[in-house]
Amino acid sequence: METLMSILIGVLFTIGVYLILERKLLRIILGSAIISHATHLLIITMGGLKKGDAPLLALGKTSYADPLPQALILTAIVINFAITAFLLVLAYRAHGELGSDDMESLKDIEHE
Amino acid sequence: MNNLVVLPLLIPMLGGLITAIFRKNIIFRRLLSLLAIVLTGAASLLLAAQASRDGVQLLEMGGWPAPFGIVFVADMFSALLLVTSSLVAMACLLFAFRSIGEHRERFYFYPLFLFLIAGVNGAFLTGDLFNLFVCFEVILLASYVLLSLGGTKIQLRETIKYVVFNAVSSMLFLVAVAYLYAVFGTLNMAHLAQLVAEAGQSGFISVIAVLLLIVFSLKSALFLFFWLPGAYGAPPVAVAALFAALLTKVGVYAILRTFTLIFYHQPGLTHDLMAVLAALTMLLAGLGAVSGKDIRSILSYNVIIGVGFIIAGLAVFTLDSVIGSIYYLMHDMLMKALLFLLGGVIIIIVGHGRLQEISGLIRNHPLTGWLFFITALALTGLPPWSGFPGKVLIIRQALAGGAEHGGYFWLAGIALLSSLMVLYSLLRIFINGFWGETVLPRAMEKGSAKGLLYPCLILTLAGALLGIGAELFYPYIALAGNGLMNPDIYLQAVLGEVI
Repeated sequence: METLMSILIGVLFTIGVYLILERKLLRIILGSAIISHATHLLIITMGGLKKGDAPLLALGKTSYADPLPQALILTAIVINFAITAFLLVLAYRAHGELGSDDMESLKDIEHE
Repeated sequence: MNNLVVLPLLIPMLGGLITAIFRKNIIFRRLLSLLAIVLTGAASLLLAAQASRDGVQLLEMGGWPAPFGIVFVADMFSALLLVTSSLVAMACLLFAFRSIGEHRERFYFYPLFLFLIAGVNGAFLTGDLFNLFVCFEVILLASYVLLSLGGTKIQLRETIKYVVFNAVSSMLFLVAVAYLYAVFGTLNMAHLAQLVAEAGQSGFISVIAVLLLIVFSLKSALFLFFWLPGAYGAPPVAVAALFAALLTKVGVYAILRTFTLIFYHQPGLTHDLMAVLAALTMLLAGLGAVSGKDIRSILSYNVIIGVGFIIAGLAVFTLDSVIGSIYYLMHDMLMKALLFLLGGVIIIIVGHGRLQEISGLIRNHPLTGWLFFITALALTGLPPWSGFPGKVLIIRQALAGGAEHGGYFWLAGIALLSSLMVLYSLLRIFINGFWGETVLPRAMEKGSAKGLLYPCLILTLAGALLGIGAELFYPYIALAGNGLMNPDIYLQAVLGEVI
């Protein structure tokens, strides 16, 4: 299972990097979102994939899943949500202001 | 347990939340922001006093002991950086009052400013690697908005690049964190340090260490600095100064912390890599600074040179060279803020940053000119200014050989050469901008420098104190360096109750 997940994570990273290297802004944003998903999957995989109960030792649970990676991912997802939302708003504003979503055409803007 | 430790994070955070509510009343917002920064500075000073007297100060969040809960740790190194960053923040805030403009003030400039400070202080204090990531993100999100606030074309373009590149490098940080968790099952820095020391730093762990080095290099503009000149040239002066003084330095702090506390067992690999990176940084950024035609880009490249120099001290990796690094780090925070503020004064007066078209400012603005000259000397490392003690410690240790080698002659040579490049690039601004015929009469000036020089004077005085009073500060900085070079002190303080 871990091997399969690793391959999946690798594929996601590849797609994300490919998209980030594109010229259109929207694809770049999608690429960064996909890379962040790949990273989240990596964290959960690195924590060990296993079935089990919540880690409540007082109730006599012996087989339990590691809760820490899940907490880490939750935090990371929230942060990435904020960044992606900000990037989308920024892209919208930039498209209105600069009149293009092609990164190549933004090269020769100078200070006013 | 010491609840004081959380205050440098808590005060700006609360201040930011409150200023965010009162959108209309700008005077109230200004006063509250200033109060928050002053209180943060006071808490930091108190913390520094306690750390120097009683050793490392610790706060276990929620009462959970170290490897299980998140801890905040204030050792001497953190405390010194907290004090310095509060001072820099105060100067930038005072400068912003006069220069940032009502439009930006209305659109949440002060809350974002305070959140950024909260993130910086949190990063200096936290004892947990994932928490460090969260603090980085707090800093970065605030900086994204500060960078784009105002929405000029160049700001929008630079923000897009800055956000995308930072989003990717943050993900690399998380990848490194995930790997570390897979290997050790903990993210507490002290616990990690203990486990790495017990298990030995094998090749696999070194790979993770190098991955972390790449991440922090991206954040601190060590060698991977392609993003910096554009991003730091776009925002208003007060914001650029804050970024130059604090943002890259948080990355530098992270390198100093992780590579003295956790990954210090294979200096032949990691620290030699740092030496090469630092040398390349100083050379390339030096060339950038020397060839710049715009004040903003020359100053931005100077930020990068400073980062290279600090890491050179860590790469040599002896007690004295690390003390030199800490000295230089504090000096660099103060002086880079000052440099950007003074460069900003020129830009505000003239209305643009093109060096060729500026001339003879010294007749109407003598104080600005001489402050700029002093800053240039300080950054070059001339005694008695504040750059000297750090530079002399690092270069002497590099010549003496460092911990591992027969000599870091090449590193010392490049460091000295880069100092020369700093001097040349800054004197070019001075000679071009301040000497010569006065082409800009007072009535034609684009903006007024009125009141902008007070924050610059504060920073100059602080820098002069750090330079002239080097002996006075040496015991504290030596204590900080000692704490870095003897990780056991940190381990004992954090894990003492458990081991």
